[in-house]
Amino acid sequence: MEKNPNAILLGEDILDPYGGAFKVTKGLSTKFPQRVFTTPISEASIAGLTVGMALRGMRPIAEFMFGDFITLAADQIVNHAAKYIGMYGDQMKLPMVLRTPVGGGRGYGPTHSQSLEKMFLGLPMFHILAPSHFVHPGEILVQAISGSYPTLFLENKLLYPEVLKLEQHIGAINRTVHFDEHNYPVVVLSNFPDNRKADIAIVAYGGISRLLGPVLNQLAQEEIWITACLPVSLSPLPIKLIQAKTEGIKKILVIEEASPAFGWGSEVSAALYDAHAGQLDGPILRIGAANSVIPASKPLEEKVIVSEEKILSTVFEVMAW
Amino acid sequence: MLTLVNSPSPDQQNVARDLTETFYRQMYTIRKVEQNLLDLFAQGYITGTVHTSMGQEACDVGVVNSLDRSKDIIFSNHRAHGQFLAYCDDVEGLIGEIMGKETGVCLGIGGSQHIHRENMYTNGVQGGIVPNAVGAALAEKIKGTGAITVVFLGDGTMGEGVVYESFNIASLWSLPVLFLLIDNGIAQSTPKHLEHAGELETRAMTFAIDSASIEADDVNKVYSTACEVVNKVREHSRPFFLHVKAARLGPHSKGDDTRSKEEIEFLKQKDPLLKIAESLPVDLRMEIEQKIDARIQTAVEKAMLASHPGLEQLRRV
Repeated sequence: MEKNPNAILLGEDILDPYGGAFKVTKGLSTKFPQRVFTTPISEASIAGLTVGMALRGMRPIAEFMFGDFITLAADQIVNHAAKYIGMYGDQMKLPMVLRTPVGGGRGYGPTHSQSLEKMFLGLPMFHILAPSHFVHPGEILVQAISGSYPTLFLENKLLYPEVLKLEQHIGAINRTVHFDEHNYPVVVLSNFPDNRKADIAIVAYGGISRLLGPVLNQLAQEEIWITACLPVSLSPLPIKLIQAKTEGIKKILVIEEASPAFGWGSEVSAALYDAHAGQLDGPILRIGAANSVIPASKPLEEKVIVSEEKILSTVFEVMAW
Repeated sequence: MLTLVNSPSPDQQNVARDLTETFYRQMYTIRKVEQNLLDLFAQGYITGTVHTSMGQEACDVGVVNSLDRSKDIIFSNHRAHGQFLAYCDDVEGLIGEIMGKETGVCLGIGGSQHIHRENMYTNGVQGGIVPNAVGAALAEKIKGTGAITVVFLGDGTMGEGVVYESFNIASLWSLPVLFLLIDNGIAQSTPKHLEHAGELETRAMTFAIDSASIEADDVNKVYSTACEVVNKVREHSRPFFLHVKAARLGPHSKGDDTRSKEEIEFLKQKDPLLKIAESLPVDLRMEIEQKIDARIQTAVEKAMLASHPGLEQLRRV
């Protein structure tokens, strides 16, 4: 907001001293009182206002208190934002970001824990970004609001307290960053020495990064070598870059927090199969949440959503093929 | 409800008399373009849908002419041909667009319901443009341009919840937006009494939005009221809700009218085009009409010869 005087922030309960349900906007209404608006509980209109402001040259950022509420803005996303930018035969810019916390693990129950991005994946002219803690989310947010496209920006709730891991070496993990055609980062993690090759490629995004650190370090000790790709841009999918980074690896796992059916992992799997068919040893496996509601009961929720144990057991299963 | 002065002041009367010719040109252009579009549809030159503004020309012309075209913003819906022509008089661009040709104002990609030129935007989904208009009004207020935003609604649109969210926010944040409801009493094929409980005229008032209601049978009356309302919105940076009772003389789309002949004939007695035509000398009227007829004919011929857009003209990510 300091860099861009046209950046406007709006959302529910975002004013100080409360500063938003997850405190992401804390301090901003004090610092920029003219540019931070607390809204009624009107998600469709919050999205609609951001679209209208973006049409008129502002760079609005709206906070949706929980990602689950994005369904209330579906008409604005699908039939307004993603249409204005594509249906008038011009080169209109529509820089607007809908930010929202997503995912489970906090015991919030069925309507406050979901990862609903699959409902909007593949929507032309609409970008969906999900930073992990291996990139700087603030820099990506600035990039999104400085760009041309309406964007959904997903913040995994369990990443909020995490410390960013931006070093090249994180325990046994080597981290490199590559950039896709829209200049969004794809982080590649590997847990093996230069003279080794990856046994398994993992492709994942967002909050799964929290699990991958410990998983890759543990697997390094067991000499199971992994290359993990974490694109920030879920849609459009930087598939060429991911195909290149997984080239020559015989086993592939795709991990997402949502239930995998008809989801991001399905698209990634199909696209990787297109590129690597014939060189794969076994099927591409998808890991995600159970195809059920996300229960409030914490022990049951842990069984439903993706865990380190689930990833590790799948890795061991794949290694035994 | 505010009482608006229904009879214009002497000054306004003079202005209105001077404008009558302009208004007639615009209204006749709209009517003729719409009739041509229906003919072209019947002949198979237009596909999809054509929602005509016939019967609502006084509202479209009266309201659009009350705006400052250099900066004010218009959002409209599926029935926006009339407002578009009143706004920019781009007959060729509109006909080309609806015929799906690259000479269309949006290269033929948007079609009848999705038109954009300068500060006018239309979209075919009901209700969603209303918060967009409120957002645009907020943007202009922050920028300090003095522009107001008008958003056209139909009586059918008043069934959408997001309209009321938008009323609330526009009033709460004191935004310069004019909600312009064209109430033609019928949503596609469903009469108003099967869609709405209570009155539409008073719905914005509970959000502390000043409101007024007028008939759209006389363009001069609509214009003078709209000028007054637009000044109010601009001067006080407050929303306003103007309910305009109009008649939809044509079908909802193409030839899908299920109303009786008697009902249509009754509505035609209030045709605003006939009313304004009567106030002009016959010679002048004929001259205007011949010029416009020829202009539309040329536009149709040009669109017939134009190419359809190619895949390379479609934006993709």
